[in-house]
Amino acid sequence: MVLHVTPKGLFCPAGDFHIDPWRPVARALITHGHADHARDGHGAYLATDLAAPVMRHRLGEITLDTIRYGEARQIGDARVSFHPAGHVPGSAQIRVEVGGEVWVVSGDYKLEADPLSTPFETVRCHHFISECTFGLPVFDWPDAAEVAREINTWWSRNAAEGRFSLLGAYALGKAQRVLMMLDPTIGPILTHGAIEATNAVMRAQGLPLPETHHVTPETDLCARQGALVLAPPGALAGPWARRFRPTSTALASGWMRLRGVRRRRAADRGFVLSDHADWAGLNRAIAETGAETIHVTHGYTDIFARWLTEQGYDARVLRTEFTGETLDEAGET
Amino acid sequence: MKDFAALFATLDQTTRTNTKVTALADYFRTAPEADRLWTIALFSGRRPKRAITTTRLREWAAERAGIPLWLFEESYAIVGDLAETIALVLPPPSTTHNASLAAWVDHLRALKDAEDATRKEQVLAAWEGLTPLGRLVFNKLLTGGFRIGISRKLMTRALAQALDRDEADLAHRLMGDWTPDSTTWADLIESHDPTDTLSRPYPFCLAHGLEDGPESLGPPADWLAEWKWDGIRGQVIVRGGQIFIWSRGEELMTDRFPDLAPLRDLLPDGTVIDGELLAHDGDAPLPFAALQKRITRKTVPKNLLTEAPVILMAYDLLEEGGRDLRATPFAARRARLETLLSALPHTAPLRPSPPIPFTTWDDLSTTRASARAHRAEGLMLKRRSGPYHAGRKKGDWWKWKLDPLTLDAVMIYAQQGHGRRANLFTDFTFAVWDGETLVPFTKAYSGLTDAEFRQITAWVRRNTTERFGPVRQVRPEHVFEIAFEGIQASPRHKSGVALRFPRMARWRQDKPTHEANTLTDLRAMLAQYG
Repeated sequence: MVLHVTPKGLFCPAGDFHIDPWRPVARALITHGHADHARDGHGAYLATDLAAPVMRHRLGEITLDTIRYGEARQIGDARVSFHPAGHVPGSAQIRVEVGGEVWVVSGDYKLEADPLSTPFETVRCHHFISECTFGLPVFDWPDAAEVAREINTWWSRNAAEGRFSLLGAYALGKAQRVLMMLDPTIGPILTHGAIEATNAVMRAQGLPLPETHHVTPETDLCARQGALVLAPPGALAGPWARRFRPTSTALASGWMRLRGVRRRRAADRGFVLSDHADWAGLNRAIAETGAETIHVTHGYTDIFARWLTEQGYDARVLRTEFTGETLDEAGET
Repeated sequence: MKDFAALFATLDQTTRTNTKVTALADYFRTAPEADRLWTIALFSGRRPKRAITTTRLREWAAERAGIPLWLFEESYAIVGDLAETIALVLPPPSTTHNASLAAWVDHLRALKDAEDATRKEQVLAAWEGLTPLGRLVFNKLLTGGFRIGISRKLMTRALAQALDRDEADLAHRLMGDWTPDSTTWADLIESHDPTDTLSRPYPFCLAHGLEDGPESLGPPADWLAEWKWDGIRGQVIVRGGQIFIWSRGEELMTDRFPDLAPLRDLLPDGTVIDGELLAHDGDAPLPFAALQKRITRKTVPKNLLTEAPVILMAYDLLEEGGRDLRATPFAARRARLETLLSALPHTAPLRPSPPIPFTTWDDLSTTRASARAHRAEGLMLKRRSGPYHAGRKKGDWWKWKLDPLTLDAVMIYAQQGHGRRANLFTDFTFAVWDGETLVPFTKAYSGLTDAEFRQITAWVRRNTTERFGPVRQVRPEHVFEIAFEGIQASPRHKSGVALRFPRMARWRQDKPTHEANTLTDLRAMLAQYG
């Protein structure tokens, strides 16, 4: 086996490294900076040059080597390269070739283009390790342009009625993608500290984010009535959000496709926007890799594996500790 | 349908009660009469007769979506709502339909007698021309149930606002088993006297739970106390030589309780009594399980009638000689009830719920502690001077329930929730110790906060030891305090007991698993309270 799961994570014996390990290891190859993939405490890290700034910001002083998309590197007996996953800026699928057998670890991915992430690239392989966070046929993402219109309509209506538009989105990736969808002529855009910090890192990298204002205790909110406020989903219910009154609240997530989830979160609106592949996307990506063996991780794994088996794949469930898209990110300040 | 679907969307997209009431009131002001009537019906739990079985709907939806039926079923289990699951899996619409709500209902009704092939064709055609939201509403009409956070009370308030009418009067008019087919807007809303309809019940007066002790209620002399019976609430109406028995859910149950039929001749015409239906052996109430056998049967076999005879434990008189007594103080209604009942023979399947004498709250507290011995769940406190309110109004009626029974148990299985809780583990199985082994004895789904459910979900993901389909066996590490209202022997359960209303009262993160309760403790509880 080129890769297998150990208690520490996905391990490649030929190259003596782990990919996105969940326990500390000597050498970790990281697909992207989300907390369930890029964890603390590894001896040495390898990630794309585009993912590196956010990882340094999140993990502090780490030994981090970078690699460009498409660049091949020999590690022990394994030949390794990173390829765009389209999930968030800098996110990668990792291709590992040992003795002519090719495995690809997708990390998290989506097929739709967005203005900030390098578009997903199909990598042919024998074994494809695919996430399946949204691996059910009920997940079918609407066109992002349509979602952008919905968000801006919601915002302008709130602004006209003197309400803040409080929008929950993941601090890394989703928030910046939302920023690129907003129509800044509607009003000012305020941000929670966790999001603003990521914005700063991405601006320094040269990503063209619109102007945002970090909310601090000194921020004059009366002067910014009608603003759109972007915060991690978990901050919406907490004390931080109470300063904005009156408000309409919303969440941007693939989970918003389900009424029940939106209602449990007691958000007024749910915008269906995900950085993960939907049902059609997963099926297409898998077909295009040409892989015969599909290992599915985080998500509706048992169901998705059964479906793939019926489609003629050798599908297996890989037990990992990745979590995919959750609505629980809290954000510190 | 567009307007109704838009209303549905507005109601669904806000958590603010005022916004909901305003949106509904606006709709009631502008919608055509037939649509209004159906809207009232739908939001008060009345749905068109189901023309198509859900089995068929699932098959057609899976086929149209190009997925196997098992995958549709798995998706449904996670989405938690059939109408929504269908709307989500179908491919985008290719055309646009523009019919009114009432027209769709008529259309559905016509399908009832159609051939299966015609039905399928019509339903697929409907799906083809509706937006996902329109499909959701259409599917809800097909499958029934419009539970979208609109209570009947809220709907009635909006209607009162739109028509500039008294809310309590409207609430009364909307009672009973009418449907848009059996009535008209004029009869339902505009007729002079709501009791024109002989069978129409009064809105039930509902009590709030007393969280702290009764001391805050003022002088004990202002209050009447009685047992809070563990049966089902019922309203018995004798009008025009007929008898009607209503449940609190406004289901007409007359035929289920032939035991009460003699009341038609025993009670004077124009009598309405509120009380508790109880299985009763003549001396004392039987356990709730005895009544349960009766509730689930539309017709009752003879042996069950003798085994579990039902009586009405009467606690209020709402109408006497055709006169509405609801504005009369409770003490006076109660006195009239007793006079009325004292004239009945002892064999009548009706007896007054005995008042519990007390002079101080302490006395009453002592009495309350003996509720289980009387097969009661606690006490009811009713203000002597209070009227019979429509619905749940705080202040005059209180239920002072017994503290629940509790046990500390170990969580051993977990299952994902659905609907609102789709991506969380919320359904757990709990066990008690039998020596060194854990014996499962109950499931529980509620009682934790969202934050706790998220925390336990993350833990379940990391601590699954085995999977049985959707059920995960987890490491026996966490102890929960399980609260429940009653306990009964049950041969169907492995542990030999069945609990009533089990829920998680607390996550005992302070307790090691070996301190959880044992099967012996459970059996002792059964012996004491079963």
